[in-house]
Amino acid sequence: MSYLLNSGEILQTIQMISQQHLDVRTITMGISLLDCADTDTEACCRKLYDKICRCAGRLVQTGCDIENEFGIPIVNKRISVTPISLVAASCKAADYVPIARTLDRAAKTTGVNFIGGFSALCQKGFTESDLKLIRSLPEALSETELVCASVNVASTRAGINMDAVRLMGEIIKETAERGPMGCAKLVVFSNAVEDNPFMAGAFHGVGEPETVINVGVSGPGVVAHALKECKGESFDVVAETVKRTAFKITRMGELVAQEASRRLGVPFGVVDLSLAPTPAVGDSVAEILEIMGLERCGGHGTTAALALLNDAVKKGGVMASSHVGGLSGAFIPVSEDAGMIASAKEGTLCLDKLEAMTCVCSVGLDMIAVPGDTRADTIAAVIADEAAIGMVNNKTTAVRIIPVKGKTVGDSVDFGGLLGSAPIMPLHGGSAAEFIARGGRIPAPLHSLRN
Amino acid sequence: MKAIVSVFAQDSKGIIAYVTRLLAEKEINVLDISQTLMQEFFAMIMLVDLSDCALSFTELSRFLQEKGQERGLDIHIQRQDIFDAMHRV
Repeated sequence: MSYLLNSGEILQTIQMISQQHLDVRTITMGISLLDCADTDTEACCRKLYDKICRCAGRLVQTGCDIENEFGIPIVNKRISVTPISLVAASCKAADYVPIARTLDRAAKTTGVNFIGGFSALCQKGFTESDLKLIRSLPEALSETELVCASVNVASTRAGINMDAVRLMGEIIKETAERGPMGCAKLVVFSNAVEDNPFMAGAFHGVGEPETVINVGVSGPGVVAHALKECKGESFDVVAETVKRTAFKITRMGELVAQEASRRLGVPFGVVDLSLAPTPAVGDSVAEILEIMGLERCGGHGTTAALALLNDAVKKGGVMASSHVGGLSGAFIPVSEDAGMIASAKEGTLCLDKLEAMTCVCSVGLDMIAVPGDTRADTIAAVIADEAAIGMVNNKTTAVRIIPVKGKTVGDSVDFGGLLGSAPIMPLHGGSAAEFIARGGRIPAPLHSLRN
Repeated sequence: MKAIVSVFAQDSKGIIAYVTRLLAEKEINVLDISQTLMQEFFAMIMLVDLSDCALSFTELSRFLQEKGQERGLDIHIQRQDIFDAMHRV
């Protein structure tokens, strides 16, 4: 076909979308709420509601228009805001639940799927406001539908705030008492990033502009399909194939991001080069690892396979976008990935292997359901391990763990929609109570001193 | 604006005539056509020019989909940019 296009390429793109689940996973608008601070909580709520609705009023419609014109599904339209512990710091409120309710209302008015940023950054220590926010989490998360929360407890520069780790263990338990959905909307980070478009961990960092458009691409199904064509080939070919595929996926994400930015009159921030799975069959990161030659995701070889995948996605994607950021890499949320669910149910994918996998991929222990009677200090110890991996390896790690009330190993829990369903996974015995009770700070590693 | 119209269906007589008539009705000029058969399956890709089309993109997309369904055709229209972005550096 003339005009530079050939029908083979067009058919390839159409098949990626219709059969291989290619989509833009999210357009996330970051909005600074720093100018909404007020000593009067009601006034603060009113200001932030008005600002969010004013800035993001056209976000969902614009996303739908782009989806329509380009024929590419944009699964989620979302908002991230300045960490509420900063915005609300001057409020005289005893807790921040009213602010969470206001965010929820603003999310519903604008029509987005989620709003992120009910967050606190306390890697080195708590402000009064951080503590108020963290203590509000159980109620805030159970009383709202669309509000996502995150707490950064560690960084390579600051070390690990073990008081925050201990507190988050307790808060997660308390949140879980009110139902499993609350914990699915709560992420504990090490080295949290300021421009992540993905939930539940998105927030709009203080170094960001007034408003910004960040886009998260996806496409595990497309990578899986491309790799099926290289059966028996060497890893050189595998890596090259992933790179080429990631390049194409990201070019599409970049186009959508630039278009959304232009139409909304909001600066473009970053494209997050991620392989984000969904529970749909054929949209799984685990499946990619299995196509590489592993009988089951979680078996020996999984970490190496994931390392290759994660690196090749970044190398392919980085050339396709003018600005890359966010979490960028492969996601491994257990409940959201059909292959991971199957492997965890079978017992091949265990928590230890997942922990190893988090050393080489973009996030951490994500959407892990554990027995309801898990102790708070055990959860805190899981968070501490993951925070240490992030701190030492200069990377973002996160824990989204859900102790499911009344359930134990062998049961499973259904979150519905994109959050999927998860088998309850076993944790190790052996108490960490004394370790967690120490409190204080684990010092930053030597290589934090880079100047 | 240029766009790509893709048509998928079980093969039968008169598909091209039917689709081009729909396009002509809306003042859309066809710049290029490529058509193949994959087993019994008909696949057609058209490059079209929308400059004289009075409908909005969304209206046109809905019109083509509805008219396609009436005849058992799966018709989609997408802006050309998406294919350029993915396959042209």
